[in-house]
Amino acid sequence: MFSFENILDLPIIWYALIGTAVFLYVLLDGFDLGVGILFPFAPSDQSRDRIMNSIAPFWDGNETWLVLGGGGLFAAFPLAYAVLMPAFYLPIIFMLLGLIFRGVAFEFRFKAFGWSRKAWNYAFHLGSLTAAFMQGVVLGTFVQGIAVEGRRFAGGALDWVSPFALMTGAALVFGYALLGATWIIMKTDGETQEWARNYAGSICVCVALFMALVTLSTPLINNDIKTLWFSLPNFFYLSPLPLLAFGMFLLLWKDLRRKKECRPFFLSIGIFLMNYLGLGISLWPWIVPFRFTLWEAAAAPQSQSLLLAGTLFLLPMVLGYTAYSFYTFRGKASPEGYY
Amino acid sequence: MHLFDPVFLARLQFAFTISFHILFPAFTIGIASWLAVVEWRWLKTGNPVFESVYRMWVKIFAVNFGMGVVSGIVLSYQFGTNWSAFSDRTGNILGPLLGFEVLTAFFLEASFLGIMLFGWKRVGKMAHFGATVIVAVGTLISAFWILSANSWMQTPQGFIKGADGIFYPTNWIRIIFNPSFPYRFVHMVAAAYLTTAFVVGGVGAYYLWRRRHVGSARVMFGMAMIMAVFVAPLQLFFGDLHGLNTLEHQPAKVSAMEGLWETQRGAPLKLFGWPDQKKETTLYALEVPKLSSLILTHDFNGEVKGLKEWPSEDRPPAAWIFWSFRIMVGIGLLMIATGIAAVILFLRKRLFDTRWFQFWCMALTPSGFLAVLTGWCVTEIGRQPFIVYNVMRTADSVSPVGSGPVALSLGAFFLVYTVIFGAGTYYILKLIGKGPDMPEDASFGTHGLKKPLLVVDRS
Repeated sequence: MFSFENILDLPIIWYALIGTAVFLYVLLDGFDLGVGILFPFAPSDQSRDRIMNSIAPFWDGNETWLVLGGGGLFAAFPLAYAVLMPAFYLPIIFMLLGLIFRGVAFEFRFKAFGWSRKAWNYAFHLGSLTAAFMQGVVLGTFVQGIAVEGRRFAGGALDWVSPFALMTGAALVFGYALLGATWIIMKTDGETQEWARNYAGSICVCVALFMALVTLSTPLINNDIKTLWFSLPNFFYLSPLPLLAFGMFLLLWKDLRRKKECRPFFLSIGIFLMNYLGLGISLWPWIVPFRFTLWEAAAAPQSQSLLLAGTLFLLPMVLGYTAYSFYTFRGKASPEGYY
Repeated sequence: MHLFDPVFLARLQFAFTISFHILFPAFTIGIASWLAVVEWRWLKTGNPVFESVYRMWVKIFAVNFGMGVVSGIVLSYQFGTNWSAFSDRTGNILGPLLGFEVLTAFFLEASFLGIMLFGWKRVGKMAHFGATVIVAVGTLISAFWILSANSWMQTPQGFIKGADGIFYPTNWIRIIFNPSFPYRFVHMVAAAYLTTAFVVGGVGAYYLWRRRHVGSARVMFGMAMIMAVFVAPLQLFFGDLHGLNTLEHQPAKVSAMEGLWETQRGAPLKLFGWPDQKKETTLYALEVPKLSSLILTHDFNGEVKGLKEWPSEDRPPAAWIFWSFRIMVGIGLLMIATGIAAVILFLRKRLFDTRWFQFWCMALTPSGFLAVLTGWCVTEIGRQPFIVYNVMRTADSVSPVGSGPVALSLGAFFLVYTVIFGAGTYYILKLIGKGPDMPEDASFGTHGLKKPLLVVDRS
C-alpha cells in the first residue's frame, strides 16, 4: 500500500483542497443561485429567459462542486462528515429539496406554457432562495459549534435554529444575490443589464451591512476567535483582510455607477474570498469546530494518499474543461431558447 | 418492526430515494451511448433523419439527466445525514471510490452536457460529436465507480477492521475489483442498454402504429430491435454468471431467490410460491424437480443450501427477493421473445408493419425500468440484514437522528418526488407526442416494407 504520509502532511493538503472545492462551489453555484433569487424581479419575461439562458449551460457543472465538497469530506475526513451531516439534518434536507426544484425548473420551464411556466418560475426562485438560505444556516451552525459525544452528533434536530445561524442564512442570500446581479451585468445588456445594475447597488449596501454584522458578532460567540482577531500583534497582521474587503466594496460601488460590465462580478468574488479567508483563519484548525481538528478527523493515510494521487492528475483536467465550457459560452447570453 | 423505528424509516427513505434515482441513470447510460451512435451515423451518412432523431431524443435526455442530477445529489448527502455510523466506519474505503466518481465522471458529464445541449452553434460538428461521446463515456465511468462501491458492500475484501470498528484499506485493487464487481457492472450496463432500447423501440413502434414520422420511427424501432435481438439473450447469460458468482459469495441471497429452506441435493426449481419467513417454508410452491440444482450447480443432483443453514437473525427477507427475482427474470424472457419475434418478422420482411408487434413493443416500453428496480431489490434486500455483507449490520449503521425528522424528510421526499416525477413524465410524453422535426418522407430503410407506406402526418 502506497502512502505519502511520511513526506506530506496529508490532512492539511486535504483541508486546503476541500476548502478550495467549497469555495469554488460558493462562487459558481453562488452566481446561479443568485440569479434564481433575483429571478421574479426581472423586468420582463424575455429578460427572465435571457438570464436563465446565461446560466443554463453551467448550473449542472456548478452543482457538481457541491457533490465534490460532500464526497471529498466523506473521503478525506469521514469522521467530520459523519458528525456534521446528522447535525445539519433538516437544513440539508431543505437545501436538497430546494436544489431539486430549481434544478428541474431549468428543463421544465422551457417546455411549459401559461400558468405552469409561471409555477416553474417560482419553483426556480423559491428553490434557489431555500438552498441559499439553508447553506447560510449550515455555515452559521458550523461556526457556532455542535454538540458531540464520542464520534457522534449528540444534539437535537432543531439546534440549528439560532439568531446567529438565521442571520448568516439571510447574509448568504444577499451575498449570492450580489454574485447573481453582477453576473447578469456581465452576461446581458439593455434593459436586463440596467435592471441588474440598479439591484446590484442596493444589494451591495445590504451585503456590506450583513458583513459588518456577521464579522462583529462572530467574535462574540467564541472567545478564541475574539482573542485571535483582537489581540496584538494579530490585529495588525489580520487587518488587511477587512480593509481589502472594504476597498473592494468602494470600488464595486464606483464601478456600478461607472457602468463597468465585467469587473463588478470579479470584485464580488473578491469580497467573498476575503470573507472566506477570514472564516478559515477564525476556525483553523477545526473541522468539527471546537471538537475535532482536521488531523483528528482525517481518513486513513492510505485513503487520503490514493485520492490525492488521482486528484493531482484529475483536478487540473476538471478545471481545464470547466474553463473550456465557460469559454465556449462566452459573451452575452441571448433570450432565445436552445437546442 | 415498528413503523416509527428510526432504522426502518431511514431504510425506507433510502430505498425510496435510490429507487427513484436509479430510473434516471438506467436510462441516461443507455441513451447517451445510443445518441453517440446516432450522431456518428449522421456524420457518416449525412442523412438528416439521424439528426432529427438525435435532436428529439437529446431533449428527452436533458429532462432525464436533470432529474438524475438532482436526485443523485440527495444520495451523496444521505450517506452522512442518515447513515453516519456507516460513513464513519467505511469512509476510508468508500470515500475514495465516490471521490473518484465525482472527479472522473460527474464533472465530465456536467461540462460536456452543456456543450451537447447548447453548443450546436458554438462548436463544430466534430467537436459536438466529441462532446456526445465524452458524455456517454462519462456515464459509463460513473457506473464503474458506483457499482464498484456497491459491489464492495456485497463482497467486501482488501481491508482490515480495526479494534475501533473502522475499516482500513489494505489493497485497493482487491477493493475496487472485488469478486462481484465485474458481473454487476456488465449486468447493469446491459440492463441500462436494454431499458433504453425498449423505451426507444416503444416510441418508434408508437409512431409506426400511428403512421407518423415513419422515417425517424424506423431508425428508432430498427436500432432498438437490434439491441433486443443481441443484448437480451446476452443479458440472460450475464445474469446467470452473476447468479453463480452470488452463489459462491452470498449463498443466502440465492437461497432466498430460490425460496429454498432445507439444504438438499437435487433441489427443485420453485416457479411460484410464497416464502414464509416465520414458518420457514415456501407455501403453495409450484415446482419443477431438480431444475434448481441443474441451474445453480450444472448437475441434477448438486447440493443447494437452504435458508435454514443460517440463524434466523442472519436471513434476508425471502419473499421480497423471491418475487423481485421472478419479475426481473420474467421481463428478461419477454425481451428475449421480442428479439426472436423481431428476427422472424425481419426475415419475412414484415418488421416495420406488423400491427400486433408494434402494440407488443409499446406495451413493453417501461419494462426495462421495472426489471432494473426488481433486480436491485434482489441484490440489495438479499444483502440484508447486513450493510457490508457479513461484516457490518444495517441496524448498526444509522445516524443519531430521531424518527421525527426522518419521517418529516421521508414525507417531503415522497411529495416532492411525486410532483417532479409526474411533471418530468408529462414533459417527456409531450416531447414524444411532438416527435422529431423532420419533413415526412420514407426514403430511409425501405427494407422490411412490402410496399411503400402511405405516409400521413397527423401532427
